[in-house]
Amino acid sequence: MRSNLGFFSDEKFRSIFFQTLVVGLFALGLFFVISTTSYNLEKRNIATGWSFLQNPAGFDISFSPFLEFKSTDTHLKVYFVGVLNTLLVSITGCIAATILGFILGIVRLSSNWLLSRLVYIYVEFSRNVPLLLQIILWYSILIQLPRVKQSLQVLDVFYISNRGLYSPRPIFESGFSYVLIAIVLALISSFLINRWAKKRQDKTGQQFPVFSSSIGLIFIVPLILFFILGSPLSFEHPELKGFNFKGGLVIRPEFIAMFLALSIYTAAFISEIVRAGIMSVSKGQREASAAIGLKQTWIMRLIIIPQALRVIVPPLTSQYLNLTKNSSLGIAVGYADLVHGFGGISLNQTGQAIECMAIVMATYLSISLTISFFMNIYNRSIQFKEK
Amino acid sequence: MNEMNEVRKPPVATTGIIGWLRINLFFNWTNSLITLFVIYCLYQFIPWILDWTIFSADFKYNYLGEQITNQEMCSRNLDPENGGACWAVIYVRFYQFIYGFYPRVEVWRVNLAYVMLAFALLPLLYAKLPYRKYFLYFTYIFPVIAYFLLNGGLGFTEVSTNKWGGLLVTLVLGCTGIALAFPIGIMLALGRRSKLPVISMMCTLFIEFIRGVPLITLLFFGMVMLPLFLPEGIDMDGLVRVLVAVTLFQSAYMAEVIRGGLQAIPPGQYEAAKSLGMSYWRMNLLIILPQAIRISIPPIVNTSIGLFKDTTLVIIVGILDLLGIGRGTLADTNWLGLSYEIYFFVSLVFFIFTFGMSRYSLYLEKKLKTGINMGAD
Repeated sequence: MRSNLGFFSDEKFRSIFFQTLVVGLFALGLFFVISTTSYNLEKRNIATGWSFLQNPAGFDISFSPFLEFKSTDTHLKVYFVGVLNTLLVSITGCIAATILGFILGIVRLSSNWLLSRLVYIYVEFSRNVPLLLQIILWYSILIQLPRVKQSLQVLDVFYISNRGLYSPRPIFESGFSYVLIAIVLALISSFLINRWAKKRQDKTGQQFPVFSSSIGLIFIVPLILFFILGSPLSFEHPELKGFNFKGGLVIRPEFIAMFLALSIYTAAFISEIVRAGIMSVSKGQREASAAIGLKQTWIMRLIIIPQALRVIVPPLTSQYLNLTKNSSLGIAVGYADLVHGFGGISLNQTGQAIECMAIVMATYLSISLTISFFMNIYNRSIQFKEK
Repeated sequence: MNEMNEVRKPPVATTGIIGWLRINLFFNWTNSLITLFVIYCLYQFIPWILDWTIFSADFKYNYLGEQITNQEMCSRNLDPENGGACWAVIYVRFYQFIYGFYPRVEVWRVNLAYVMLAFALLPLLYAKLPYRKYFLYFTYIFPVIAYFLLNGGLGFTEVSTNKWGGLLVTLVLGCTGIALAFPIGIMLALGRRSKLPVISMMCTLFIEFIRGVPLITLLFFGMVMLPLFLPEGIDMDGLVRVLVAVTLFQSAYMAEVIRGGLQAIPPGQYEAAKSLGMSYWRMNLLIILPQAIRISIPPIVNTSIGLFKDTTLVIIVGILDLLGIGRGTLADTNWLGLSYEIYFFVSLVFFIFTFGMSRYSLYLEKKLKTGINMGAD
């Protein structure tokens, strides 16, 4: 009785109608954008396509620790250098932020009022000041360090100046690959030992000193091998020649500023996540484990942390994603990451705005998806298993 | 009353200030050592920072009593032994920090907009405000008023947005971004949960795409690519382009937060609304969304804090917000080398806003918790 449009009140019809409408409008919009864009591009004499990737870049990149980069290299190589730099600062940042965040989260719950307040103040300041400002601030501190000639010397081998941190560069000689293989094998076997020991303990109740045996395998075996092979590792020390250091490994202030700012900023968030996770474990768990006589450290390791991790891991994943995306702020201090190198300088030189931005966005999307994929696997492995 | 029932006082050492100190600071040996160490560090650090920021600092005059007009006149540059921070740079450049390059004759308009913003926010932040309804009407028309007031038109002389700067730009970006992202976020959240597969897929793709890329790429998108997408003759203002990017970004995050709220609504609410014969929109507008938004207000405030901090990114595409003015001041030879003062000031301004917002979100969370408990009884 409501209307004469009987067919319109049919849910199935309406659903199809609206969806076709939306798709139609979207296609229309897309068509409009594409046609105006191609018109605009034609007018500005910008050729679309990917051939620009093979053209020489014509600029230098100051920080490229993994690939040798010359100004005659192609834009494609600029992209790879950018991806590697983005990954470098993201991965090191995530590791540092996790360690610092866990420590701070636990300290925040310490029974010492003063200590916990101190961490609270740190967390509030670090969370509430824009990250970009923190990056710029760290950078401005680092470039106000003494000049190269007056550089600060730490432990006789590290030199800190406004050009960055100079440290000895390890030179791996022929036999070193055996040591690396030994380390990998030791890691695998300690993992297997851990699994075997767990199984045996579940079955028979007998314990096996997993920790000490793993340490022995991972550190001592490769070390012995290292000396047997006649120490196939030497260091190239940086030397002051003229106005700059020659040789050695240099870590640029741009990277240090990014690393410090990203890890300190994210650690503040992670510490709150860790705190919430630990607090989510009910008090009874701690009391019960104390009642059966577990040591304080064991209570933390065996009872509290495994249960807290279930709460911690999902928000931790989004912090890793945030850190990776925030690493794009390197452009503010000239850190040659994906956005600065490829999305900035290459884009400006070639004028291929659409292609460059598409590549940059697609790369970030795939990095984000990869991180969430692995973190989801990890998350599933630590969730409660219904029996 | 017999002796057995006599109330005995607790030992002195477990209550009052001594008890508190014993439990919280000197519980055992390690705890006491940590406390003493922290106190020692604070004792070293606090006097130094107070001296630098306040006691030895120049505010307007240097130690010779001259009014400071450039960095060479700062006490610490005249005599490194004698000076702390040189806040005169903030004093001299205060106008730029707050208004950018807004013409001085017209600045009353910005001030009026600031005051009106406070009034517009009042009914949103404080639910028990008397005459809240009328204040809310004002809140709804405030964006229109603010647009004409700041930008010009309706008898006001036009002030082009490239003269805007400092806190003005930060607030315009933050407030507009949040206000526009809110309805878009609601639509996206409803769309993502929609039963129509095409709509749900499109909303999901949009949200996940935006959340997967950094804001800076969206800003580049707005700056570099948006002009290519639009037909000739439509020349978008730089600030508007940035605003488009910021709004898109924020609406995706807002959508996820609101979706969380929608998921928390028990299915019985949907069923009850449907059994009353409500249409999809009536059900959502009258029954579902009011509840969903109420419980997602604290996370909405939290994402808004994130956006407020992220507005600083616009300096990378050349918009002068608070941080941009700070950097610009540092590039001026008159104020070279005063980076700590400037960054300290900018951080402080951001801290006041974001810390206030986070306190407010905590207060809401507390209020909400008690509210829900009362409802459950």
